[in-house]
Amino acid sequence: MARLYKHLEIGSSPHVTDGASTDIIMRNVFLALLPVTAFAVYAFGTGAALVIVVATASCVLTEHWLCRWTGKPSTVGDWSVAITGLLYGLILPPDLPLWMVFMGGVFGVAVAKFLFGGLGMNAFNPALVGRAFLQAAFPQPMTHWQLPFAEGRFEDIPSSVLATPFWEPTYDAVTTATPLALMKFEGQFAGSRELMGGLTSGSVGETCGVLILLGGIYLVARNMMNWRIPASIFLTVAAMTWVFQLYDPVTYPGPVFMLFSGGLMLGAVFMATDMVASPITNAGCWLYGLLIGVLVVVIRFWGGMPEGVMYAILLANAVSPHIDNLIQPRVFGTGRGAR
Amino acid sequence: MLERLRKNTFRHGVHPPEMKDDTADLAIRQFPFAPVLIVPLSQHLGKPAKPVVREGQEVVRGQTIAAPDGFMSVAMHAPASGRVRRITLAPSISGTKVESIYIEPYPASTQEIDDGEPCSLDATPDEIITAIQHAGIVGLGGAAFPTHVKLKPPEGKRLDTLFINGVECEPYLTTDYRVMLEQTEDVFMGIRYLMRATGTSEVIIAVEANKPLAAQQFRDTRPDDLPVEVRVSPVKYPQGAEKMIFSALLGREVPSGGLPADINAICCNVATTAEIGRLLPRGRGIQERVITIGGPGVEKKGNYRIPIGTPVRFALEQCAPVEDLSRVFMGGPMMGPTVSNLDIPITKGTSGITAFTSAETGGATGHKKVYPCIHCARCVEACPVFLNPSQLGILAKNEEYEQMAESWHLMDCFECGACTYVCPSHIPLVQYFRMAKKMVRKQSAA
Repeated sequence: MARLYKHLEIGSSPHVTDGASTDIIMRNVFLALLPVTAFAVYAFGTGAALVIVVATASCVLTEHWLCRWTGKPSTVGDWSVAITGLLYGLILPPDLPLWMVFMGGVFGVAVAKFLFGGLGMNAFNPALVGRAFLQAAFPQPMTHWQLPFAEGRFEDIPSSVLATPFWEPTYDAVTTATPLALMKFEGQFAGSRELMGGLTSGSVGETCGVLILLGGIYLVARNMMNWRIPASIFLTVAAMTWVFQLYDPVTYPGPVFMLFSGGLMLGAVFMATDMVASPITNAGCWLYGLLIGVLVVVIRFWGGMPEGVMYAILLANAVSPHIDNLIQPRVFGTGRGAR
Repeated sequence: MLERLRKNTFRHGVHPPEMKDDTADLAIRQFPFAPVLIVPLSQHLGKPAKPVVREGQEVVRGQTIAAPDGFMSVAMHAPASGRVRRITLAPSISGTKVESIYIEPYPASTQEIDDGEPCSLDATPDEIITAIQHAGIVGLGGAAFPTHVKLKPPEGKRLDTLFINGVECEPYLTTDYRVMLEQTEDVFMGIRYLMRATGTSEVIIAVEANKPLAAQQFRDTRPDDLPVEVRVSPVKYPQGAEKMIFSALLGREVPSGGLPADINAICCNVATTAEIGRLLPRGRGIQERVITIGGPGVEKKGNYRIPIGTPVRFALEQCAPVEDLSRVFMGGPMMGPTVSNLDIPITKGTSGITAFTSAETGGATGHKKVYPCIHCARCVEACPVFLNPSQLGILAKNEEYEQMAESWHLMDCFECGACTYVCPSHIPLVQYFRMAKKMVRKQSAA
């Protein structure tokens, strides 16, 4: 009998877990982004494919190199940087020079993630920081938009994509304006069918609202995303827009336009819900979404730029720890529970 | 009407697989006597009992071998007729050594139980409370809190509702379930004693929905003169914690740092109640208890009435442990402390022995990779006392114990382990909190 007890191990309770794992969650978020990615390549062709590949590779390699350089085990196996890279690729213009894509990826991961302490410590969404860096450094290429479903998009690579580093890129493809720019500067509103179905121009992965929503629904169904954040953003934006449209239907677009144009869908579903940079309580998430929604509407309607989702989320990221300071769960047997 | 609208459950919590099918239908069987029984003098919260026997002395099964030392202490009884071999230190589940009485049962003895002075239902509440103390009765659900202490509310508090806890929310355990089915009469008798002792006028038996037979049996056999209501809650962990039962069935929360008496309620485990009903009329004390020995690590799973003091090694050997036995713990897998030494005895607080193989534990190399906290809020959604385990975990890692207690309600944690169960980053949160609570207690005592 004694032979049985040679290898009894000691471990702290609980002795069972529900099987959830951080890398599994991250892999599922990546999976939820794949339909959007596939549509992006289909709509914008080789240029978009190259942007996505270089964006993902730059982020993953940056994290890998930095870990090696600082003598730590590489953390790319947790898949979080792969999400960052893919998301980062999806929010860039499809004909952005690849060297810019690479620089932004390195900046986003190195500064916004690694310097803050890696996974779980980043105050800001690294993908958005990378994009904000490019927006500040290269404003023209960052607002240069390719037509979707252009002829020959799978055969030719846009010349700007392969531009020599630090040289002015040349554009040969037909360019266009995003629905938000048309709204802001021309007073034209795109139709809801074009917006939802991804028939407009814009960043690589932001155009097809329906696929983004499907990805979000998948994550909510698997309990891997807090639905309250996108719900709060949608409600806030829709409500504010509705009021303004009632007031002046010529200047202000309707709620559907606002929800499905620009980066709002992608931002609300995949960016604002970054668990690390959003509040931990449900009430906090509602407030956080409200803040993003208000900022988006304010920047879009009265700001200098047509789009405001990126800055709205980054600003809300900054406020998120303070929301956590403000709103904590009411401990059992205290407050109204104690009586 | 409002009563019907309520969901009969608490907020938050988790749903671990129940795993009760293997043993739920197995009737309670008597367990054999081990060659040596080790009866610790401290099996309960509070002061250890004082031995009233000498080394070498002969004892009769059921005889008092240690008397309570003060109010926060209970008596111990001989689990078998035999000889006291020695009184010395023995290993315990907590890792510390405790003074214990080693008894060698006589193999040829008939093991008749020695009855003492019976305590009738006509006795005064104080007499019943003293009888419960001298019967050595403690909470058999696992906490081993002396039952008689609970029955005496603090000055100025009144007890209205008596809850009988038959929830048994830990996976694998089926002892309370078997007791409810097989000792229904004892439970009702125990309720009579408890009502008399506490002056409560209303009784609620709490059962989870996975034990419909137990609920039915209580409803069918309830004596007409007992004001007993059976309430069935949906299955959820940790519903068996007394604070959760009050919250689920009464809709009231015990104030933070307070006692159940603050909301005029008292909760007693169903097995404890059955023991009161079984022992008091005969003047006996607890010398055995029902436990579930189960889990994939043993083949002869079952519910056993086992003598107190049986070494875990003997208990496991009788139940055909499998070759691949990897981890053994007392009680269920959510809160059960791991057995680090197979020579520790079964005590009054032991509700089961669960054995895992390397398939469940992953073996020595199967320790899950710990990731940083990603702020996913699953622990916040799971915590039944609405703490922020994520934040507490970060503070614990930085050894900010004082801040944990003062600003983040660390001491309200009752270590149910729900946070650790759901954590995708495999952070040993509840282990941090146990340690932090110990440090805080140490500091405040100093």
